[in-house]
Amino acid sequence: MKDKILLVHGSGGRLAHELVEKSFLKALDNPLLAKLDDSAVFELRGRLAFTTDSYVVSPIFFPGGDIGKLAVCGTVNDLAMSGAKPLYLSLSLIIEEGLPKSELNVIVDSIHKAAEEAGVEIVTGDTKVVHRGSADKLFINTAGIGIIPDGVDISGSNARPGDKVLLNGPIGDHGIAVVSQREGLSFSTQLESDCAPLGGLVADMLAASANIHCLRDPTRGGLATTLNELASQSKVGIRIEEEKIPVREQVLGACEMLGFDPLYVANEGKLVALVPAKDAEAVLKAMRRNRYGEEATIIGEVVAEGKGRVVMKTILGTSRIVDMLTGDPLPRIC
Amino acid sequence: MKYITEFRRPDLAEKLLSQIKRRSRSQARIMEFCGGHTVTIFRYGIRQALPANLEMVSGPGCPICVTANADLDKAIALARTPGVIIATFGDMLRVPGSRSSLQEVMAEGADVRMVYSTMDALQIAEETPDKSVVFLGIGFETTAPTIAASILQAGDRGIGNYYVLSMHKLCPPVIRAILDSGEVNLQGLICPGHVCAVIGSDPWESVASKYGIPCVVSGFEPLDVLQSVSMLVDQIESGESRVEIAYRRGVQPGGNRQALKLMEQVFEPCPAQWRGMGEVPDSGLRLREEYRRFDAEHAFDIAPGPAYEPKGCICGDILRGVKTPAECRLFGKTCTPEHPVGPCMVSSEGSCSAHYLYGGDVEG
Repeated sequence: MKDKILLVHGSGGRLAHELVEKSFLKALDNPLLAKLDDSAVFELRGRLAFTTDSYVVSPIFFPGGDIGKLAVCGTVNDLAMSGAKPLYLSLSLIIEEGLPKSELNVIVDSIHKAAEEAGVEIVTGDTKVVHRGSADKLFINTAGIGIIPDGVDISGSNARPGDKVLLNGPIGDHGIAVVSQREGLSFSTQLESDCAPLGGLVADMLAASANIHCLRDPTRGGLATTLNELASQSKVGIRIEEEKIPVREQVLGACEMLGFDPLYVANEGKLVALVPAKDAEAVLKAMRRNRYGEEATIIGEVVAEGKGRVVMKTILGTSRIVDMLTGDPLPRIC
Repeated sequence: MKYITEFRRPDLAEKLLSQIKRRSRSQARIMEFCGGHTVTIFRYGIRQALPANLEMVSGPGCPICVTANADLDKAIALARTPGVIIATFGDMLRVPGSRSSLQEVMAEGADVRMVYSTMDALQIAEETPDKSVVFLGIGFETTAPTIAASILQAGDRGIGNYYVLSMHKLCPPVIRAILDSGEVNLQGLICPGHVCAVIGSDPWESVASKYGIPCVVSGFEPLDVLQSVSMLVDQIESGESRVEIAYRRGVQPGGNRQALKLMEQVFEPCPAQWRGMGEVPDSGLRLREEYRRFDAEHAFDIAPGPAYEPKGCICGDILRGVKTPAECRLFGKTCTPEHPVGPCMVSSEGSCSAHYLYGGDVEG
């Protein structure tokens, strides 16, 4: 049992300390964390962005990432979508007893790598271990703080008619990569999750134009749900063109098999930007120069008509409403 | 060859559409039997793109939608039975029965597992020998052969705790029942591609010859549907009624012999209850005598209590093609995908769900 996480590892006693030191401090080493005080104490000046998210993905390892990478990227991206430069993260783990230590180490290592790439530090944390069955292997919560540069004002309610809708690449990779690994549905695909920290991409975009109106990452609920949220928050209509939305052939194939619509499939490394038309080309160019925006494209525009609605021009030239996601997409019968 | 993008090519779609517009003269009502086709038609706005003289109506081809509440209640009652694990396709979870849904009994502690194939259900049975695993056998001729195969495997592997609640339905008998009722006047039928991959196109011959209705077996991509409509228009305009296959890459006239053989070996036709249509003779499948030990209806004492339909729900009329979702006074008001009253709003292939998600008024 030496190689597994036991209830006692979350007890606060000697074994718990050992776990923190061996598994976390070693990998995530930074001066603020190393102090091991009850809180991380630091100074920040300016407009702060503060966010939190919990990660319960199953399975915890999937092509292109794992729950650790996801827990860093997800929170980093939420900060970035406010235009903030992500700085510090908290990391809280709820572990189901019996999780192999080797798996935990791999996850902590990918937390470290993702944090390093995103330029953030994990400055405070917590570990709890629960009885078998009380959690599904591992749940992670992260919270994050970032600073919003002067002159940047990004909000879901800022879209204006005439804005262009920019997307940084093909949709649906994450959702399909995860589903392909689910118990009972293993199908082989070379597809990898797009899970990535987007702070750098946002910084590049803001350097091209500080006038970006809205930024949002289309995670659960997919592109369709994100666009609906923006249309409704900003009280505008959004028109998109099906032909311009990039989707990989493998994602299309898996969606057909499962009865999903790629517009509703989750992403973890995508963002939608609503940008005034005059700045759109400059922002697009900046996106394409970044490794996470090479396939960036303009997929539509914001209009005054049809407030709160997203309308898509189909490949047949007809138009249809694109609604929000309802429930969880369930695979169909035939 | 790319099997998806090739069948979504805008230039070819435009060609097919202009062909249809050029040739179609008479007023005609075409039924797409299958819910999968309904989704394609709505997702790509095909109704708007067709000339005004062509009217598309949705048919009964959504397996969950046509399952009678009495059958759903049996599944839910089984889920509540101690020691029973229900294995089911995902679509079933949210469908309301007379009093509850599988999703609700799950929250109360019932062991309901979503599976993607019958073989997964069999595996659960093998791994949990102290429980009874009941697979909800729902679907048309498309799913029946795989369920037959799972029963044969259970026999071969000596798995004694695997059962099937057979609620299977057969497509050709129900379309004949709808046509016999005289309620719907059809000039063309788009036949279900996946079902025909199993049964072939031959079983539709009687629809074409006896009722004089042109039939075309279609695939599920927008170009498939447009090509099928175009072929139907050609038949309608020339006064013919034949069975044609537009879905050549999936369907042979005689179907899939091996799948049919499996089905035949394990199941026999029986009368079945259809939502909105009542009992249709020889339109269901039950396990043959020699496989009865796998039949959940025989193995368990299921007493779900009387079934009743939700008040005001017209799913039955919609499934017969007699009414459209817009004519339902619950549609979009008390019945939405978040709070479905009837099954046609639950299933991703249900016509109310397709109307709700894709069919809204774009202008205004």
